[in-house]
Amino acid sequence: MENEPIVVIKDKCVGCRLCIKSCPFGAITMQDKLAVIELAKCTLCGACVEICKFEAIEIRQPATVAVDLSAYRDVWIFAEQKDGHIQSITYELLGEGRKLADQLGMQLCAVLLGHQMTDRTAELIQRGADRVYLVDAPELAYFQDEPYAAVLIDLVRRHKPAIMLCGATTIGRSLVSRVAVTVKAGLTADCTGLAIDPETKNLLQTRPAFGGNIMATIITPRHRPQMATVRHKVMKEAVVDAKRQGETLIEKVTAEILKSRAQRVRFVPETETTTNIAEANIIVSGGRGLQAPENFAIVRELAEVLGAGVGSSRAAVDAGWIPYSHQVGQTGKTVCPKIYIACGISGQIQHLAGMSSADIIVAINKDPEAPIFRMATYGLVGDLFKLVPLLTREFKKVLKQ
Amino acid sequence: MHIVVCIKQVPDTADVKIDPKTNTLIREGVVSIINPFDMYAIEESLRLKEKLGGKVTAITMGPPQAENALREAMAMGVDAGILVSDRAFAGSDTWATSYTLSLALKKIGDYGVILCGKQASDGDTAQVGPGIAAHLDLPQITYVRKIEEISATHVIGERLLEEGTEVIRSPVPCVLTVVKEINEPRLPSLKGKLAARKAQIVHWKAADIQGEKANLGLDGSPTKVVKIFTPPARLGGQIFKGEPEEIVLQVVEKLKDAVIAAAS
Repeated sequence: MENEPIVVIKDKCVGCRLCIKSCPFGAITMQDKLAVIELAKCTLCGACVEICKFEAIEIRQPATVAVDLSAYRDVWIFAEQKDGHIQSITYELLGEGRKLADQLGMQLCAVLLGHQMTDRTAELIQRGADRVYLVDAPELAYFQDEPYAAVLIDLVRRHKPAIMLCGATTIGRSLVSRVAVTVKAGLTADCTGLAIDPETKNLLQTRPAFGGNIMATIITPRHRPQMATVRHKVMKEAVVDAKRQGETLIEKVTAEILKSRAQRVRFVPETETTTNIAEANIIVSGGRGLQAPENFAIVRELAEVLGAGVGSSRAAVDAGWIPYSHQVGQTGKTVCPKIYIACGISGQIQHLAGMSSADIIVAINKDPEAPIFRMATYGLVGDLFKLVPLLTREFKKVLKQ
Repeated sequence: MHIVVCIKQVPDTADVKIDPKTNTLIREGVVSIINPFDMYAIEESLRLKEKLGGKVTAITMGPPQAENALREAMAMGVDAGILVSDRAFAGSDTWATSYTLSLALKKIGDYGVILCGKQASDGDTAQVGPGIAAHLDLPQITYVRKIEEISATHVIGERLLEEGTEVIRSPVPCVLTVVKEINEPRLPSLKGKLAARKAQIVHWKAADIQGEKANLGLDGSPTKVVKIFTPPARLGGQIFKGEPEEIVLQVVEKLKDAVIAAAS
C-alpha cells in the first residue's frame, strides 16, 4: 500500500484516540485499537500527524518535480478595472502585495489589461507598484475570459512572478482559475489572510472553508507562481503617495492571444443603485421578519442614509421580495463590510456563513433567542418596524453634523 | 445534444452545528447531499434536453459512496451516471480535480454543453468549472443566471456580475457554471426514484481515463493544506432591550464613530 497518501503505522499506534479528536473532518475511527483513516473524508490536512505523540501517522510526500523556483521573482497583482476605472479591490491587493514584496525583498508589479488605459498606470504606482505591465488593446476594453486569461498566461510565462494575487470577485475567480490550470500553478480561493513563512519563504494563504466554520492555511511548495484570490474588503487599501516613482512596461501580445470565441452581446446594469454589496462598507439586510415586500422600504431608507448596500436573507429572496443579487449567505454572496445590520433575520448557519467576518454586526429581531444575537456585536431586541425607522432618524442627525 | 453535468457530493451544511463548548464542528450524523449549486445545474441540463433533445450524463469524482449523488440526479431525470473514483485521486486540489474531470469528459467525447454549479458548498472555491474549461480549451460562461437561447451550435447566457448582467454568446461546446437564480430544481418522481435505484452506474478508474500519475491526486495538486483550525469564536456582544427610543439612542452612540468612518 505504498501509494496510500496517508498511513497509520501499526507498530507505533497505541490506540490513544488523540487523532480522532483532532480530525476536523471526522475521518478517523478506532478498529481493534488502531486508528483507521477513511480516505474519502480525509483532506490530508495533517492535524492528526501533528497531534500524534507516537509518530504513528505519516503523510506521503508527493513525488517531487524539479522546478527551479528561484527563477520566479516578484509579487504581482491583477489590477481589476471596469469602464476604465481601477476597482477598489486593486488598491487592497496593492496594500497587501506591498507588504509581501517588502518581506521577500522583491518588486511589486501590477498587471493592467484594458483599452486606452495608459494614463491610469500612475495611480497604481502611487499606491505602491514598482512596475506596471500594461497591455492595451481594444479587445481588452472590458473583461473577457479567454483573451484576459491568454494574456496573463503569456505574461506569467515570460516574466515568471513568484506570487500572483487577484480579487476574489466574479471576474477574478473566472479568470485566474483558467490561468492557474494552464501554467500549472497552485491557486487558493478567497483568502482572508496572507503571510510569508519566515523559513521557507512560501506564501501562507489562509481561507475560510465549510461556510467559515473552519480556517485552512494552504501553501504551494513546489510550483510557481503561488496564486491566490483575495476576499474583498479584508485587506487595507494602499494609500496614495503622489511622489512615488515606478516604471510602466507596455507589453505587446499577438493577435492570436486576443481572440475570443465567447462574445459579449450586451451589458445590462443593475437598476438598484446600492446593489454592489461586495464593495459596500455598510450593509443593511432584511429578512423574513419584514413580513412583506413593500416593507423593504424601511431597510432601503436606512441604507440610503448610511450610504449602505441593501442585502437580504435567502428567505426574502425566495419569497420574491428582492432580487437574488442581494442575497447574503451560502447560496448567495459572501460579504465582509465594516458594519452589517441585520433586520428581521434569524441567523441560520447558511446566512451567518456569508457575513460572519463583518467587523461589527448589528442585529434587530423580536425573538431574543434568535441565533443572530450570538454573533451580534450589538443586538436590539424588539419590533423592527419601530427600531429601524428610529435608527434611520438618529443616523440622519449624526451624519448631518 | 449530449449535455454533461458535473456534480459533487458534499456534507449537508444545514446539518452542521457548532459545539458551543469546544467551538468545533459537530460532525456526527451529518448526511451527504448533492452540492446545492449543482442541483441548479442538473435542473438546467434537464430543461436544455427537453428543448433540444439528446441526453444528459452526470459525472462525479469522489469516493464510492458518491454513487448516491448520481442516483439522486438520475431520479430527477438524468439519463446516465459516471462515477470517477480511484484511490489515486485522494488528496486532489482544484487543479487535479479539474484535470481528472476533464479526462472523463474527453472519454465521453461527444459533449455539447458542460454544466457545473458555480461552486461547491464545502470548499467554496468556484475554481473547478473554469478549470475544466481550461483543461479542455473550451470557452466558458460563469455565474449564469439565465440561458436565453440555445442551439446545437451556440448558447446565449446571462452572467451575473457584481454591477449588472452581461449577456454572452458562446459556441458549443462550452462550460457553463450556474447560480441559484437560474431555476427551481424539480423533485424526483417516484418512477424516477425506482428507475434510479436499479440503474447501472458506470465506474471509471484512473486507468480508464488514462490519467497521468503525476497529475492525479496528491502528486497532481500544487496546493497543500498545512494547518486547519477553528476561527476564534465570535463572542456575543451587548444585547439591548426595552424602550425603542432609548435603546436606539444607546446603539447609535456606540456605532457613531464606525458609521462616520465607514460612510466617508
